[in-house]
Amino acid sequence: MTAMPIVKAINASLRTALENDPKVVIMGEDVGKLGGVFRVTDGLQKDFGDDRVIDTPLAESGIIGTAIGLALRGYRPVAEIQFDGFIFPAFDQIVTQLAKMHARSLGKVKLPVVVRVPYGGGIGAVEHHSESPEAYFAHTAGLKVVTPANSADAYWMLQQAIQSDDPVLFFEPKARYYDKGEVNADAIPDPLHAARVVAEGSDLTIATYGPLVKVALEAATAAAEDGHSVEVVDLRSLSPLDFDTLQASVERTGRLVVAHEAPVFLGLGAEIAARITERCFYHLQSPVLRVGGFHAPYPPSRLEDEYLPDLDRVLDAVDRALAY
Amino acid sequence: MTVESTAGARKAPGAAKKAAARGSTKTSGSTKTRGARAARNAPAKPEIVQLLTPEGKRVSHPEYSIDLTSDELRGLYRDMVLTRRFDGEAAALQRQGELGLWASLLGQEAAQIGSGRALRDDDYVFPTYREHGVAWCRGVDPLNLCGMFRGVNHGGWDPNQNNFHLYTIVIGSQTLHATGYAMGVQKDGADSAVIAYFGDGASSQGDVNEAFTFAAVYNAPVIFFCQNNQWAISEPTDRQTRVPLYQRAGGFGFPGVRVDGNDVLAVMAVTRAALEHVRSGNGPMLIEAFTYRMGAHTTSDDPTRYRHDSDLAAWRLKDPITRLRTHLTDLDAADQAFFDAVEKESDALAKRVREGVRSMPDPGAMEMFEHIYADGHALVDEERAAFAEYQSSFVDSEGH
Repeated sequence: MTAMPIVKAINASLRTALENDPKVVIMGEDVGKLGGVFRVTDGLQKDFGDDRVIDTPLAESGIIGTAIGLALRGYRPVAEIQFDGFIFPAFDQIVTQLAKMHARSLGKVKLPVVVRVPYGGGIGAVEHHSESPEAYFAHTAGLKVVTPANSADAYWMLQQAIQSDDPVLFFEPKARYYDKGEVNADAIPDPLHAARVVAEGSDLTIATYGPLVKVALEAATAAAEDGHSVEVVDLRSLSPLDFDTLQASVERTGRLVVAHEAPVFLGLGAEIAARITERCFYHLQSPVLRVGGFHAPYPPSRLEDEYLPDLDRVLDAVDRALAY
Repeated sequence: MTVESTAGARKAPGAAKKAAARGSTKTSGSTKTRGARAARNAPAKPEIVQLLTPEGKRVSHPEYSIDLTSDELRGLYRDMVLTRRFDGEAAALQRQGELGLWASLLGQEAAQIGSGRALRDDDYVFPTYREHGVAWCRGVDPLNLCGMFRGVNHGGWDPNQNNFHLYTIVIGSQTLHATGYAMGVQKDGADSAVIAYFGDGASSQGDVNEAFTFAAVYNAPVIFFCQNNQWAISEPTDRQTRVPLYQRAGGFGFPGVRVDGNDVLAVMAVTRAALEHVRSGNGPMLIEAFTYRMGAHTTSDDPTRYRHDSDLAAWRLKDPITRLRTHLTDLDAADQAFFDAVEKESDALAKRVREGVRSMPDPGAMEMFEHIYADGHALVDEERAAFAEYQSSFVDSEGH
C-alpha cells in the first residue's frame, strides 16, 4: 500500500501498462519531454522512449484518428486529450469512427483505445479548460465511459480500461489530481463498470461520480449532524451504468439525489432519474432530484464557485428531497 | 527531399503573380528563375525577408522594401516598447494573483506591431489569445484583454468596434472564421482585407488546413499570419512540420513568404505587400513570421523542463526592440529625450493597467444567465429564477 495523489496513481498505472504490454503506446500533446501539462506522464518518455510515449502534432482529430489506426495494427494506444474543452476537434473520429468500427465489422475489428481526458472545473482556468463533456460520449453506443474519484480507482480502472477490447473514455477529475489516497498494486480490483457504495445511509442516496464524490461525502457528514442518514454511491462507470447497485440503494433509502458538474439538462442525472423511477417507483418517497451545472456556458473562473455544485447546493437538494 | 522540391516549384507561380500585381516584371522574372533553380537543386534553402539585421543595420531585399519617415519609425518603436511593458505588467499581475493566467507575447513584438500597423481601419483581425500587440495597434484597450485572464469574462469586448475579433483559445479555429469573413468581404465587393493570426502548433490542426483550402478555392481576401515562435508549449516546430511552414501555402495554391519576425520593418513591408495582394483579388497569402517565444507558453508553463538557456541567449541577441533602437540612433531619428519619454509613457501605461486590473470588479452571480441566447430561452429563465430563489434563501436564513 502506498499513499499517492491521483496524478501519480495514473502515472504509475501507465508505467505498469507500458511494462506489461509492449503494444501499449501513449500519445498526446506535450506528454513526452514535458510529462504532460499536469505531469501525468512525467518521466515515461525518458524511461520508455519516444516511440512508446509520443508527442503528437497539435491536432486532436489526428491524435484519435491515428490511435484508431495504431489499434487496427494491433497496438493499444492510450491517447491524452490535454483538456476537456479540446476534445471536440476529435469528436468526429470518436463518435463516427472509434465507436462504430466494431459493429460495422460485425465484431471482427476491436479497437482497444483509451482516451484520457482531464475534466471538470474548480481550478480557476480560462475558457475551455473546465468542462464536463461526458454525457456526449455516454450517449454514443460503442463507447465505454468511466471516471475514477480516488487514487486506487485511478490506478486500477486505468489498468482495466487499457485491457478492455472496447474504446474507453477515461475522464480524470483534474480538480482532484492532487488528492492523496492509498493504492494497493496487489489488490483485486472491483469490476470496471461496477458502482460502489462509499458511505452507507438509510434516509437518502446521493449518486455521483468523479470530482463530486468528495462533495457528496462531505454532504453526508453534514447531513448526519442534522440527523439524516445519507448514502453515497460513486457511480465510477457512466457507460455502462450500474443500475443494479443504485436500485438496491434507493430501495433501502427511498430517495435519490444525483449530482454532477455537467449541466443538468439532458445530463447523466436525467437518464438515472428516468431509470430509477421505472425500477423503484413504489420505493420512492420523493422525486429524483438533480444538482449540476446550469444551461449556460461554463462561466469565467470568478463565477465558477457559483456555477459548480458545492456542499450547500447538494445539501439544499437533500433537504428538498427529505421534505417530501 | 521530394516534398521540398515540390514545395519550391509550387511557390514560384504564386510569387510571380504577387510580383506581377505590383507591376514589376523584372522582379517577376527573377522570382521565376529562382523558383526553377530551387526546384532543380532541392532541398530549397528557406528564404527569410529581412530589412533590419539583429545588429540594427538596414539592408535591402530584392522583393520587399519599405520607406518610413522618422515619425513612423519612432511610432513603431513606441508601440513595441509600450506593448512589451503592458505584457510584462500583466505577467506580474498574474504572479500577484490579480490574473489567473497570462500568455506573454515577449519576443514577438515586431511580428505583431509590424503586421498590425500595416492594416487599414476597415481590415479585420482574427487573433489567437496572444495578440496583445495587434490589439494595441487596433486601439483595443489593454484592460479589455485582461478580463478573460482575470476570469471576469470570456472576452467581452465588441469585435466590431475595432475590427478585432475576440481571442480564440482553441487553436486554429479562428482561421476558418477569418476565411468566412473574407468570403463575405468578397461578396460585398469591398476591398478590405482579413488577417488571421495563428501559431506553428495550430498549423497542424485540421481547421487551419481547411481554412487554407476554403480560402484558396474561393480566392478569399485573407492573410494567414503564422507567428512561428518555435514552440507549442513543449513541442518544437519539427513536431508539426518537416517543411518550412511558409511552404505549406504552395500545396494549397497560394503564395507563402517567410519573414524575420523580429524585424518590424520587414514584417511591415511583407504584410503591406500581402495586403495589396489580397485586396487586388489575388486570393489568400501565407506569411510565416519567424520569431521566438522568449517566455513560457503561459504563466502555467515551465519551459526549463524542455528547452535550453543557450537557445534563449541566441534569440536575445535578435531582440526586435533593441535593433530598431540602434537603427533610430544611427539615423539620428531619435534622441535620448525621445527614449526617455517613451519609457515614461510605458510606466504610466503599466500603472493604468495595474490599477485597472486590481479594481476590475467580479461579475455578479446572476450574470451567468445573461447573453446565452439572443432571443431568450425558457430553460434559462427557469434556472435563473430558481438560482435567484436559492441565493435569497441564504440572505433570509443568515440575515444578510
